Amino acid sequence: MKIGLDVGSTTIKCVVLGDDNQILYKSYERHYSQITEKMSELLTKVQKEIVKGKHALLTVSGSAGMGISQTCNLPFIQEVYATRVATGKLIPDADVIIELGGEDAKILFLSGGTEVRMNGTCAGGTGAFIDQMATLLNLPLDEMDRLAEQYEKIYTIASRCGVFAKSDVQPLLNQGARKSDISASIFAAVANQTIAGLAQGRKIAGKVIYLGGPLTFLSQLRESFDQALKTKGICPENSLYYVAVGAALSSGIETDLDTALESIKAYGTTANFLSIAPLFKNQEEYDEFKHRHAQCRAPRGNAETYTGDTYLGIDAGSTTVKAMLLGKDGEVLDSIYKGNSGNPVPIIREYLLSLYKNYPKIHIAAGAVTGYGEELLKNAFNIDFGIVETVAHFTAAKCFLPDVDFVIDIGGQDMKCFKICNGAVDNIFLNEACSSGCGSFLQTFANTLGYDIADFAKLGLFAKHPVDLGSRCTVFMNSQVKQAQKDGATTEDISAGLSVSVVKNAIYKVIRAASAEELGRNIVVQGGTFLNDAVLRVFENELGVHVSRPDISGLMGAYGAGIYAKNRSAGESTIIKKDELENFQHEVKVTSCGRCSNNCRLTINVFGGGSRRFIGGNRCEKPVTKRASSDELNMYAFKLRTLRSYQPVKGERGKIGLPMGLNMYELLPFWHTFFTQLGFEVVLSPLSSRELYIEGQHTIPSDTVCFPAKLMHGHVQALIDQGVQAIFYPCMSYNFDEGLGDNHYNCPVVAYYPEVISANMSAPDELHFIHDYVGIHRKHDFPIKMHGILAKYFDGISFIEIKKAAKAAYKEYDRYFARIHEKGDRMIAEAQKEHKPIIVLCGRPYHLDPEINHGIDKLIVSLGAAVISEDVLSCKVRRFPTAVLDQWTYHSRLYAAAKYIGNKPDMNLVQLVSFGCGVDAITTDEVRRILEENGKIYTQIKIDEITNLGAVKIRLRSLFAALEN
Amino acid sequence: MAELKFNKEGRLLFTKEMKKEYTILCPMMAPIHFQLFVNVIKNCGYNVELLTNDGPNVVQEGLKYVHNDTCYPALLVIGQFIDALHSGKYDLDRTALMITQTGGGCRASNYIHLLRKALKKAGLEKVPVVSLNMSGLESNPGFHITLPMIRKFIAAVVYGDALMLLDNQIKAYEEVPGESSRMVEKWIDALTEQFNKGQGLSLKQQKENLNRIVKDFAQIKMNKRPKIKVGIVGEIYVKYSALGNNYLENFLAEQDCEVNVPGILNFALFKVDNRLEDIKLYGGNSAKFVVVKALMDYLLKMQNILIRAVETEPKFLAPVTYAHTKSLVKGVIGYGDKMGEGWLLTAEMLELVEQGYENIVCTQPFGCLPNHICGKGMIHRIKAVDERSNIVPIDYDPSATRVNQENRIKLMLAVAREKLNQTE
Repeated sequence: MKIGLDVGSTTIKCVVLGDDNQILYKSYERHYSQITEKMSELLTKVQKEIVKGKHALLTVSGSAGMGISQTCNLPFIQEVYATRVATGKLIPDADVIIELGGEDAKILFLSGGTEVRMNGTCAGGTGAFIDQMATLLNLPLDEMDRLAEQYEKIYTIASRCGVFAKSDVQPLLNQGARKSDISASIFAAVANQTIAGLAQGRKIAGKVIYLGGPLTFLSQLRESFDQALKTKGICPENSLYYVAVGAALSSGIETDLDTALESIKAYGTTANFLSIAPLFKNQEEYDEFKHRHAQCRAPRGNAETYTGDTYLGIDAGSTTVKAMLLGKDGEVLDSIYKGNSGNPVPIIREYLLSLYKNYPKIHIAAGAVTGYGEELLKNAFNIDFGIVETVAHFTAAKCFLPDVDFVIDIGGQDMKCFKICNGAVDNIFLNEACSSGCGSFLQTFANTLGYDIADFAKLGLFAKHPVDLGSRCTVFMNSQVKQAQKDGATTEDISAGLSVSVVKNAIYKVIRAASAEELGRNIVVQGGTFLNDAVLRVFENELGVHVSRPDISGLMGAYGAGIYAKNRSAGESTIIKKDELENFQHEVKVTSCGRCSNNCRLTINVFGGGSRRFIGGNRCEKPVTKRASSDELNMYAFKLRTLRSYQPVKGERGKIGLPMGLNMYELLPFWHTFFTQLGFEVVLSPLSSRELYIEGQHTIPSDTVCFPAKLMHGHVQALIDQGVQAIFYPCMSYNFDEGLGDNHYNCPVVAYYPEVISANMSAPDELHFIHDYVGIHRKHDFPIKMHGILAKYFDGISFIEIKKAAKAAYKEYDRYFARIHEKGDRMIAEAQKEHKPIIVLCGRPYHLDPEINHGIDKLIVSLGAAVISEDVLSCKVRRFPTAVLDQWTYHSRLYAAAKYIGNKPDMNLVQLVSFGCGVDAITTDEVRRILEENGKIYTQIKIDEITNLGAVKIRLRSLFAALEN
Repeated sequence: MAELKFNKEGRLLFTKEMKKEYTILCPMMAPIHFQLFVNVIKNCGYNVELLTNDGPNVVQEGLKYVHNDTCYPALLVIGQFIDALHSGKYDLDRTALMITQTGGGCRASNYIHLLRKALKKAGLEKVPVVSLNMSGLESNPGFHITLPMIRKFIAAVVYGDALMLLDNQIKAYEEVPGESSRMVEKWIDALTEQFNKGQGLSLKQQKENLNRIVKDFAQIKMNKRPKIKVGIVGEIYVKYSALGNNYLENFLAEQDCEVNVPGILNFALFKVDNRLEDIKLYGGNSAKFVVVKALMDYLLKMQNILIRAVETEPKFLAPVTYAHTKSLVKGVIGYGDKMGEGWLLTAEMLELVEQGYENIVCTQPFGCLPNHICGKGMIHRIKAVDERSNIVPIDYDPSATRVNQENRIKLMLAVAREKLNQTE
């Protein structure tokens, strides 16, 4: 008999094969990370019921089985390889296998050159990810699958990383998008992610086989793959067991099951993992801690007996809704704290109704709402005020600690920290596109391990050896936790370890502080996650200070909103009254805006039969006001328009294509002029779009490169499809020397991305892909070198012609910048005349691309400010010493712009950072340092394939709120 | 005690007094080479100590004081320094740090600034940092790179490459475990002894030494049998540093593989050659060309000696010439790709495949910018050029787990083992 044991990241599968390889026994179950116990249990059962003392060969496979098999000296086979063995036996004519597991995604190409591919360190788009999404939607998996079948629209969801996808899904939920559409969108995203990430240019065709848990259980996921691959894949019988079968088939060594069982048991008891000191030494220490924090209490009142004016505060967070009713003295009369189940509207409706019903003597004098669902709720119930979260939290924190100078709020999905300077919110830290280290993170883990979050947190308090888990992405954390468990960490240790990682993530990654002094003396901590005593304790330990945690820690947003409403009440609230509430109607329609190239997917909420509307998902005011937002004071719009005005001119030398991305953006005036002068018709790739990106997505070899680089594949593909004879996209180590820094490099990706395009994309043989190394920084040598390069591809271009074209190109480049500078100066003057704040939106030239900047420029304009770009200002600054090696042309401009605005009270800087940009890990700190030296606020916005504009809005509104003060 | 002096921009200088009083700490990368390097610096009159501290606190200190999105090597190198400074082993008023700076277009040139920022955050800003570079980036009155020092460094690179190469070729097959390592230790001691006497540096002595080294290693009894041959390439720090790559070489040894890690001399050649390529590609000063060419020729001569010496024993596989390595990427990637490991990384993969090490682990820190191009970006094309190649790219990062990495390497090894069994 042959036994195959597949111990994966979330499940354990066992197969026993008879002598003629027929399956005698199979089992599949979740192991809840109790790996050694489950293994022993299974093997004992198999031995007793199936093997019954006969000869048995055993092989282990799977990511979680790897370490155990090694230590216990059991034969091991890598799981992808096992799949191949099994398929060879069971489906010999299969061409491609797609297998999704708990944390892994694999593609095996079997025919025409065998290749096996496995996802990298990023486990986005796998079973764990779908689980997370299901938790977020508050749906069991089968229900999600059932709903997905009825979808009408597919939303774009970041397909790279589960964490990003989450920040896409949450706003959709908050805008009221249908769960059926979201479910289908999630499946589509997974299919997309797998294909894009693993195919890497190889075509998936022929007989396609689907294996593994998610693809077996979720018919709609299979459907999504079918659609993406334009094929009909097969999910064979025993699709869950291929790895186990493969393992069994490769068993060649006889194993004594009794010895194996013993060593597995022994393995479980060898605790060997990195740990830190326990959170509390003993019960006394914990009691003292509890006592101290119990002092920080909000005043309470009795709603039953209270009469007169009350104030309603609502905080519609990402996963929960909190509401509070306050009395005249800010006393808490009533409150709720509920999961929003994806839609906060019915919860607030019920709450309002219950208030009217239970406390007829009270009178609501004003209300305010904050949080993700702010606009939705404000419109739904006609609430008086909508305020940005940071302001709400600051207002609340002041009630507990009047001279508070630092507030940290860790909620379900976001983390907000800010310093208070001169009574105003200053220096906001938000967790970027990544929601690691927040409440939902702990919750997901608690659920995975089969606990309720409150019980799970308590387990950690007295853990003897809290695991050191590091502080990164949730997805990485999954495997880290598994490893710790494998190494014998208890659930207690893991619970404590996760709390530590939440805190470390907050302090070192989000706030980037090295000590408590950097944060201030008077710290208020809040948010639902701080109700967890373990998190609170670790936070105090890590910083070595005592902090204040109000007893209403999870409700501080609502409390702050209530206080805000109280302070600004006009005596009578606009909130809809009881009768209207009883007949309340809420309809949701989904549509595409179509008023500009962004083509936002809009969610239109209609309340009370059409009396109030709320549109979600828009980036600008167009769909609301039906008018174009003004581009008058938007440098990004001006630059984009100017660049798109470089149109093709028919020429006798034929067409040459320029892909419009990365450094091509700014150099377009140069290259367009150069080639037009030489008699080429210069064709540009179209403006970026989602579709353009998808067209090139499957040829991207490195899934961690920045989004602007990934987009290049689509641009080049578009040019190929247009049938140009030549594409010009040169490698450039150096950019122009603008005299601002120590050197004038391009970043490695900008410099050499043409090499990646050339090595990974296929084009017709007759197409010249010209990607030679070019140095425009040496004006004199440029024509000489260019003459040599072009001679390789074209006949009869003389040196004289090239020299002339080069001269014109340099001139046009200068002229382009002169226009930018002049227009920029005019915009500044105009903004100053109108007393509008000026935002210097810093980034790279290619951040002009609306698909990359997601319309953030328009968003800023709609908030009433002027937007200019860094290159308008950098030319006004002379070289100055920086604390970093200032060696990249584009980045030198950032430092210069930051320096320039130091003494300009009406100018503020917002830096756009592409996710995965390694260089910006250096520039962001330096730009911040330069700004803070001059007492300026630094605001950073991380952008990626998809960006959560809700978070961007919080940043920008907080910035404006701080400026107002 | 030495007075703290600053330059115009406010950078703390390493003064002549400090040269006498201070201990300079040097981070660890490739153990064999770095032991020799440290001896060279000592030999030039500096008190220098090679850091060997590792363990979780190194990463913790790195995470605490360095921007977490910065590449992993920066985190580790800086973490190793801060961990050492916090250990209490060093008099903080008499300790300086040394770090290399290539001046290339990659973030690595900024490590020194990140280190200074980190020291400031940790309240250690009185500790001076010395930049070790050949680009004339930062000067210090108390530290000078001289021609004799450069010569000694080059000799150390050559010896280091020889010892590493021979050790790797023997280790997997030695009859008495540990014999090869002991031989490496013996020779490091012997070479140090020679350096201290000012010996072992002339062309003649180098030839002699290398020949003797090869002879000595050839004496070690080996039991040659077919094994999976794995090459390691990648970003220079995670390629060589066990701290950076989760003890990759040990892991591969446990998996019964023979490992080949291409040496540092080619990297030095590559960096010098880049200056020549720059002039060829974009134009430039011919006088500068001549000077750089002279250095290039010297290095090539050294490589030649090394190759000749290894070739004296047919049982060893000698390295190929730089010119040959370079020729392998013609038409694959341009010679202008010079940031980080640039085209050399691609060339090393092709070279390994050619030499029979077609199973390759391509290591890089998570999000390493140059490797998007010359590492991961080229795997597809390498496969097209030589379909024997079996390459797995692995990302290293503070939280990337070992299980995950090893699982992927095991997949690569499973494919390799299948091929090995077929040929047997």
